[in-house]
Amino acid sequence: MKIIVAIKQVPERDAPLRIASDAKGIEERELQWAMNEPDAYALEEALQLKEKHGGEVVIVSAGPERVGATIREALAKGADRGIHIVADDLAARDALGVAQLLAAAVKPESPDLVLTGLQSEDLGLGQTGVILAELLNLPHASLILQVEISSADSPQAQIKAKRELEEGWFQSIEMPTPAVLTIQSGGNKLRYATLMGIKRAKTKELRTLDATSLGAAAAPVAVLDKITLPQKKKSTQIIPGAAKEAAATLVEKLKSEARVL
Amino acid sequence: MSVLVILEERNGKISRTSWEAAAAAQQLAGTNPVIAAVLGAQTESLAAEAAAKPFAKVIRVEHALLAPYTPDAFTAALRQLIQKESPTHIVFPHTYQVRDYAPALATRMGQVLLGDVIAIEDGPVFTRQLMQGRLNGEYKHTGSGPCFVSVQAGAFRGSDDAGPQQTKAQIELFRPSLDPAQIRTKPGEPFRGSAQTVDLGSAQLIVSVGRGIREAENLPLVEELAKALGAELAASRPICDNGWLPMERQVGSSGQSVAPKLYLAVGISGAIQHLVGMKGSQCIVAINKDPDAPIFEVADYGIVGDLFEVVPALTEAIKAAR
Ligand SMILES: Cc1cc2nc3c(=O)[nH]c(=O)nc-3n(C[C@H](O)[C@H](O)[C@H](O)COP(=O)(O)OP(=O)(O)OC[C@H]3O[C@@H](n4cnc5c(N)ncnc54)[C@H](O)[C@@H]3O)c2cc1C
Ligand SMILES: Nc1ncnc2c1ncn2[C@@H]1O[C@H](COP(=O)(O)O)[C@@H](O)[C@H]1O
Repeated sequence: MKIIVAIKQVPERDAPLRIASDAKGIEERELQWAMNEPDAYALEEALQLKEKHGGEVVIVSAGPERVGATIREALAKGADRGIHIVADDLAARDALGVAQLLAAAVKPESPDLVLTGLQSEDLGLGQTGVILAELLNLPHASLILQVEISSADSPQAQIKAKRELEEGWFQSIEMPTPAVLTIQSGGNKLRYATLMGIKRAKTKELRTLDATSLGAAAAPVAVLDKITLPQKKKSTQIIPGAAKEAAATLVEKLKSEARVL
Repeated sequence: MSVLVILEERNGKISRTSWEAAAAAQQLAGTNPVIAAVLGAQTESLAAEAAAKPFAKVIRVEHALLAPYTPDAFTAALRQLIQKESPTHIVFPHTYQVRDYAPALATRMGQVLLGDVIAIEDGPVFTRQLMQGRLNGEYKHTGSGPCFVSVQAGAFRGSDDAGPQQTKAQIELFRPSLDPAQIRTKPGEPFRGSAQTVDLGSAQLIVSVGRGIREAENLPLVEELAKALGAELAASRPICDNGWLPMERQVGSSGQSVAPKLYLAVGISGAIQHLVGMKGSQCIVAINKDPDAPIFEVADYGIVGDLFEVVPALTEAIKAAR
């Protein structure tokens, strides 16, 4: 079966953030970039399905040139080929605008299964996968932890997916292929790229598609006007001093001020 | 302007987060009418519960195919309702269910959901979190169609208390036309994960560890702190995702909700999905090297520093004080 995994490159988690001078984005110059974490789980699920049922895992990612490195990382972990939608204007698109790019690249591939991450760590929209399903007119389920496929080789292949619900509950969702699933983190153990994998990735196909060739972006409906620093609602007592001193002060305060010890 | 709010059911009642969405809808509407809708196969009692609130009217969107929930049935039914009522704004609670269908519904109507909104100001300007709560983004809705908004749990103050209103809102029945062939997914019954052997819910003292601990090998550091305090050990999601601690120790929207006397968060950034599970704690202490970490927005006491120095020092200080 052919599985497409949509992977987004996002700022590295602990990266210090500075708001850009136009307040519409963050300063990108000194940022390090990484694979969006739920997307890494989507990739892992795809690779395991391929190991079980055979077929092909194709990565699609939209973004500027730097995104190529994240696609290579996915290839090094075992994906077969990559499609890089080269777009420098992603920030000017809303979730629908980005999903339209992905849909245009995915559609001609006629995949059996499309996996996206549940949510991106930077914008946190949690929407792109569901919108993509709607644009491709495919059934979908979100918040998926694990995927089983029965009769993978036949056109009647069925998906059984474990979906996370709130407060520690789950349910299983069945649907026919082709379908779109958005993957929640934690369903599998992530693999590392091997040295051999990294070497092989260099020779794998990584096709670039120019975003402008995929149709003009519609005017965005949801427009990010301004980025600001959150205002603290509660005043936290920050306890100063070196570790030892601060620890002693904290214990004292927990005993006599907060009275919780 | 007219605002439609979609109320969700939980254990036979309208959920708390739905009342919060109703409060957001009311704020958005000002003096304009707010209409509420409940969806399902049997919506009578939910509608009656909603009608006690000052809504312009309550609509029962009822069809046998609306239970159990599927994204296809909800999307189709709500599209028909929105076309009939033509509200300018539609407000949802940002629940797992809404995440699953509202983006598709908005897309089908040529719109984009403004999801997980934490504040609404004049304009209207909608604020949502970026970078896992480290930044805020202020959004505007352009375009001519209806504006879809979902609101974050806990961001608006809602209550199921009907207040002084005497007259009940009028209840209307709306039967969408749905066809079984439209419904492409088959949902199974909800089930629980592995057996719960720890009850964090009744713990008085909790030490909770996050990704700042870096590796499973470092966990004994916080285990010793928990032991010195006589506290239960809990964790943020990534720690359980990695299998370093069992999932039953996860605190947050997909784990357990806790409200101990003391919640000590070590190397946890304070993403909303974590906060909803522990905000109700009596006293919150955060140890984090990043002074801007969102956890400090809910903490009573904080130490900004390296947990690998602070935690052993704290363990010692507690032992000394006992
Ligand atoms: C639908 C959904 C459901 C979710 N459910 C849950 C849930 O139930 N529970 C949950 O916890 N999460 C949940 N999450 C994930 C959540 O969004 C966050 O990703 C997660 O809580 C982050 O965990 P963390 O704070 O441990 O890690 P990070 O966000 O990576 O934070 C690590 C923190 O450690 C600090 N740090 C690093 N090194 C040090 C050091 N040496 N000393 C001191 N501090 C240090 C950093 O400054 C940072 O603030 C959910 C997400 C989604 C989308
Ligand atoms: N630019 C992009 N390129 C590839 N995939 C993306 C992109 N943006 C979002 N996605 C996918 O959509 C998921 C959800 O993103 P979001 O809706 O931004 O939270 C991500 O986890 C990715 O799988």
